[in-house]
Amino acid sequence: MSKLYSIAALFDTPNSIMDAAAKVQDAGYENYDVNTPYPVHGMDDQMKLRPSKMGYYTITIGLTFMSLMLFFMYWVYNIDYPQVIGGKPLFPLPAFVPIMFEATVLTGAVLTVAIMIIFYFKFPNNSHPLHDSDYMKAVSSDKFGICIEATDPKFDINAVKDFLKSIGATQIDEIYFDEEEVNHKNKVLEPKFVIGLILIAGFTSLSVYLHMNKLLYIPPFDWMMVQHKVTAQDHSDFFENGISSRQPVEGTVARGFMPYLYVDDIEGASENLQNPYPATAENIELGKRKYLTYCSPCHGDLGKGDSRLKGQFPNGPTIHSDKIVDWTDGRLYHVITEGQNVMPGYKKTVTRKERWSIVNYVRTLQRALDAKVEDMQ
Amino acid sequence: MSTIDYTKNEVFVEGNRTLKQIDDVIIAPLDRIPNLKFFIALGFTLTLLLIGTVAIGLSFYYGTGLWGNNNPVGWAWPIVNFVFWVGIGHAGTLISAILFLLRQKWRNGIARFAEAMTIFAVITALIFPIIHTGRPWVAAVYLLPYPNQHSLWVNFNSPLLWDVFAVSTYFTVSLVFWYVGLIPDFAVLRDRATGKAKKVIYSIFSLGWRFSNRHWQHYEMTYLILAGLATPLVLSVHTIVSFDFAVSILPGWHTTIFPPYFVAGAIFSGFAMVQNSLVVIRNVFDMQDLIPLNTLETMNKIILLTGTMVGYAYSMEFFIAWYSGSQPEYFTFVNRAFGPYSWAYWIMFSCNVFIPQLFWIKKIRRSIPLMFIIAIFVNIGMWFERFVITVTSLSRDYLPSSWGYYSPTITDIAILLGSFGLFFTLTLLFTRFLPSIAIAEIKAVSEGAQPTHHGEDHE
Repeated sequence: MSKLYSIAALFDTPNSIMDAAAKVQDAGYENYDVNTPYPVHGMDDQMKLRPSKMGYYTITIGLTFMSLMLFFMYWVYNIDYPQVIGGKPLFPLPAFVPIMFEATVLTGAVLTVAIMIIFYFKFPNNSHPLHDSDYMKAVSSDKFGICIEATDPKFDINAVKDFLKSIGATQIDEIYFDEEEVNHKNKVLEPKFVIGLILIAGFTSLSVYLHMNKLLYIPPFDWMMVQHKVTAQDHSDFFENGISSRQPVEGTVARGFMPYLYVDDIEGASENLQNPYPATAENIELGKRKYLTYCSPCHGDLGKGDSRLKGQFPNGPTIHSDKIVDWTDGRLYHVITEGQNVMPGYKKTVTRKERWSIVNYVRTLQRALDAKVEDMQ
Repeated sequence: MSTIDYTKNEVFVEGNRTLKQIDDVIIAPLDRIPNLKFFIALGFTLTLLLIGTVAIGLSFYYGTGLWGNNNPVGWAWPIVNFVFWVGIGHAGTLISAILFLLRQKWRNGIARFAEAMTIFAVITALIFPIIHTGRPWVAAVYLLPYPNQHSLWVNFNSPLLWDVFAVSTYFTVSLVFWYVGLIPDFAVLRDRATGKAKKVIYSIFSLGWRFSNRHWQHYEMTYLILAGLATPLVLSVHTIVSFDFAVSILPGWHTTIFPPYFVAGAIFSGFAMVQNSLVVIRNVFDMQDLIPLNTLETMNKIILLTGTMVGYAYSMEFFIAWYSGSQPEYFTFVNRAFGPYSWAYWIMFSCNVFIPQLFWIKKIRRSIPLMFIIAIFVNIGMWFERFVITVTSLSRDYLPSSWGYYSPTITDIAILLGSFGLFFTLTLLFTRFLPSIAIAEIKAVSEGAQPTHHGEDHE
């Protein structure tokens, strides 16, 4: 089904197209267009077009994104993750200027062009009736054309042709279009399209799989998994014993750890060791926590020797016996540290400060259960 | 008309071609199978590209230890090459945007080509900071502010991040600007195309352009806006590149003259590169009258002007180094001129300041072989300028005990060769597959293209 789209007339020179455009405009046609291979100066006035408003979009978009970028940087530095870098303030406006400027230019340029192409030109549109016509091929090269559309209220095929001839057109064409072709809409679920989608999905999945599971494990993409260095438990050909880790020099003391001097010397410990931690509420609280964790299963919550273990392990003795009440703090500490009989030492699991705090707590328990008269006052 | 038209006495499109012939001449290289010269040139540039690709591949595998970068000179050739190539790009935007705003009609014949060179130069430049990250396949992760599982953001205080934004904006806007200019030309190609594949491709890229005057109106306004946006952008890009140096506290870098000095140098080297390429292109494709000698002479004048500005900056740096009374600053400049890198300094100084002064002589300005050679010297000089700035300052800073000497390795040289290979391969392919002169723009300024009087009184 062919329908008439427009009558198109060709002119040879820029001067004649200027005249013709003015005459078409004066004759009262509305739906017409002038096609020229390059912008002819002054044509806007002849066609009485209003000035282009593209600049307003640019400035609105640019200033909007500039403010958004400023707000984003403010949010990052002051709300989301405040951190001082190089002693600079958290809102260094001058340092933000370059990025604000770039955001303005980037969005202003890209979105203005996008608005022009999508909303003003309604592009991409390769199914317009003018495409592939002799008229279009002429105006894309060296001719100047006017095209009066059939939708114009004043349109009358013969009158328009006569009018165009009278204003000096060198060639007049009728442009037809196939309604079905122009208005053709592809169905969404066309088999070709669906198969294409499936192929794309398959290809994407496969490449993501290969990327994540294969490529990233091949050097040099392997996140430095393979490196020319010795790791702690590695075999080493360099050292005589074949072990990559070296032992520290004999007598080395780790920072922050005090070596225990009375390992096999309980008498020395009980005579020489003093509790360095005073019996403050804080230390006693720490001692209580550690006592309940490590000591109470055998010695009982209050140290009465009432084990929770119901005979599965030898019952610990009470700590309220005279023997233990009379022990010095140093001896008590030594027993906790090194153990005694079936009791293991706790120096590996309980720190020095915690052991002394347990001593403080044990003393507190003894005093609480066997209170003297002066304690009451 | 009462006003005098000063542009009349110089013609920038010669040959009095009809509009149709303009199409034919510009599109000819796209339609015919290129001659042997083209393939020899392409073979040469592809060889360079291959050398660079192999060198970069080895660098990825073995690490950046293959480069000459050492402890005091951590920023060596990669940043030198980056600044050099970004600078090359600046001429393109200057020609396409600033000269457009200044209504310099001579730009029309070379604008498209210069814009293309901008884009290729920025692509080439971007390789260097990306490979310098060491793991370029995750470079985007380091460089862009995106929400991540570490809740970390990039450092908006850092000139290096400004650089990321500036160069990527510059690339995107240049590409958009270039493409907008190409839309009408794609439509011309579409309407001339005979093969089906060509027609489909050109139709897609022309977006369905119809040369409608209702479109031209918005198109011209948008083009003007893009030119208006690109003008401050091009000035900002090299300014921000210079901040990479100037915001630090290293003597020889920490100077306020850097932004204008870098911009002038960028335009200087960019014009030299564009001039070099145009001389080749107009001879290979017989476009002597579309890119006339007048245009090249005007470009040489700009090279002379910017070269003199660069010379002024060199002298002023020296003067300020003495005048400031800052001892490290003074030492750095004396060290540049008379220290271990004095050979590089004097190559830079003679290529950039002395040799372009020959352009004062009109005969040299209009002699194709001489201008070609001078422009090559300018590019050598500008590359050495970046080398001198980067390497001399880093190799001898405040602490004499950590001074060192930098020399490049063979990998560095191979990567630099590869960058030239990439740039010229892209340029050659561009001249083969796209119209290297803006058809619509050149038509608009050719003789008799615009109405003589605005139509009211037709003879």
